Amino acid sequence: MDKTDSELLETIADLHGIPEGSFNIRKNGKLMARNSTADIEIVPKKDKDGIDIIVKPGVVNKSVHIPVLLTVGDFKETVYNDFYIGEGADVTIIAGCGIHNDACGDAEHDGVHSFYLEKNAKVRYIERHYASGDGTGKKSFDPVTNIYCKENACFAMESTQLGGVTSTVRKTFASLDDKAQLIVKEKILTDNDECAVTDFRVELKGAHSRADIVSRSVAKGHSVQSFGSDLVGENECFGHVECDGILLGGARIISTPKIDAVSPEASLVHEAAVGKIAGEQLMKLMSLGLTEQEAEDAVIKGFLN
Amino acid sequence: MLELKNISYSVKDETTGRTQEILKDLNLAFADRGINVITGPNGSGKSTLIKLVMGFEKPTAGRVFFNGEDITDMNVTERARRGFTIAFQQPVRFKGITVKSLLELASGKKMDTDAMCGCLSAVGLCARNYIDRAVDGTLSGGELKRIELAMAIAKGGEVFLLDEPEAGIDLWSFEDLVRVFDRLRDKTVIIVSHQQRILETADKIFLFESDKVSSAERGEDMFALLTRRPALCWRDVKEN
Ligand SMILES: Nc1ncnc2c1ncn2[C@@H]1O[C@H](COP(=O)(O)OP(=O)(O)OP(=O)(O)O)[C@@H](O)[C@H]1O
Ligand SMILES: [Mg+2]
Repeated sequence: MDKTDSELLETIADLHGIPEGSFNIRKNGKLMARNSTADIEIVPKKDKDGIDIIVKPGVVNKSVHIPVLLTVGDFKETVYNDFYIGEGADVTIIAGCGIHNDACGDAEHDGVHSFYLEKNAKVRYIERHYASGDGTGKKSFDPVTNIYCKENACFAMESTQLGGVTSTVRKTFASLDDKAQLIVKEKILTDNDECAVTDFRVELKGAHSRADIVSRSVAKGHSVQSFGSDLVGENECFGHVECDGILLGGARIISTPKIDAVSPEASLVHEAAVGKIAGEQLMKLMSLGLTEQEAEDAVIKGFLN
Repeated sequence: MLELKNISYSVKDETTGRTQEILKDLNLAFADRGINVITGPNGSGKSTLIKLVMGFEKPTAGRVFFNGEDITDMNVTERARRGFTIAFQQPVRFKGITVKSLLELASGKKMDTDAMCGCLSAVGLCARNYIDRAVDGTLSGGELKRIELAMAIAKGGEVFLLDEPEAGIDLWSFEDLVRVFDRLRDKTVIIVSHQQRILETADKIFLFESDKVSSAERGEDMFALLTRRPALCWRDVKEN
């Protein structure tokens, strides 16, 4: 593991070196390190690139790290990871990906992650995407996340992309049975000519299922972001989507909501607000002695906290 | 000494194109030490004056002097660094910025819990319950006003501009608030207020009316100034 590797690991997964417990570290398409435990088993797939992560029923307070590093240009991979979360388990999954591309060829990582949560299972899923490097090559992520929650299961997802990623198209699909819950907190910052597209489709199938999706985004330079959500309420359920965006420079944010109350008992809400930083916020901070630029940075830092 | 010389401020109504004069040829001086309370009917231009002094707006005519230096063209950041400190009539809300980080931005340095406790307990808030809260709509109106004042205390300065600091503060906390002002008496303090209890603490009172400002100092009969009903007040409008 060299300096770039450990810096990327720290940024995307708060890791200082090799973690404890179950983990799978992948670098430039190859396995770098893996540890499988009795509670959380990691099995490589035979038919395609990727792993199966099997969490035994009732396993609680355990975590698994599956970071991915990409430090070369001219490299594109698609990885299929399937997560089977046993009944009543309660785990944290940290799945960041860091690209460092100093080359002129493109680097792209596409992770297709599917989560199968049994009854009463709980997952906290942390996904950080980060890219660095001065090469002209693109740094891209096109993740697909599929979430299937059985009765009373709960999936909480925190996804963060704070800079350097040339282009990303993220698709998230969730299907929720009775009393199942999906909580999403998404934070995206784009600059220059970067482009970020996120799409959510959530099917609230079960009675008393809930979905709460909050997206906070900051678009700088000439970057473009597009946020789409599609909530389908097929039962007595509650769904809430919030898209909050700050625009700077010549950036653009497009928010497209769709809510479909198939069942008359469904209650679905969509909120969206996009605009520049409020003048009075800058004024207040400048009256504390900050310059306009410092005030802007403070507002953004707080917003994406 | 803070001096305002021949200050006028007018705004243009975008829809009608008419100019409205809010402040007209105002001459005011505030001493280096002491509490000045500005009072007057709603809409008489008190907050406008505060904003002019802080540099949020530029006067359409006239100059502002601080310790003899013309600061009329100085921006907000520079004035803040020179010791101008403001507490807004309507505190600004932020998404995600915590009380802790605002206090640190105000004081210009990292603060430990003791230091934050000092600023917050002065305004009757317990640091433990507030430092990690976001300064947004989840705080009550009175809590926001108290935090606004705590920020001014954390920042410190030479000239304090406090726009209706008592608004929204409960009755039982008034005396504590007066104590906060008292501690600033060796600075230039300009408070906009409608409250008798605050007026009583003043070394000098300024009464804003539609077209003029009158003042009275401690020792003079300050309250005689106020018993006269100023023009522009609510009762006049209703009676017209
Ligand atoms: N940008 C503006 N455009 C139009 N009118 C304005 C503008 N700013 C202030 N005014 C008007 O100027 C007058 C003075 O406003 P200001 O906020 O200074 O009053 P105030 O004395 O602080 O009142 P209050 O006691 O209600 O706080 C008001 O009539 C207000 O409507
Ligand atoms: Mg006012």
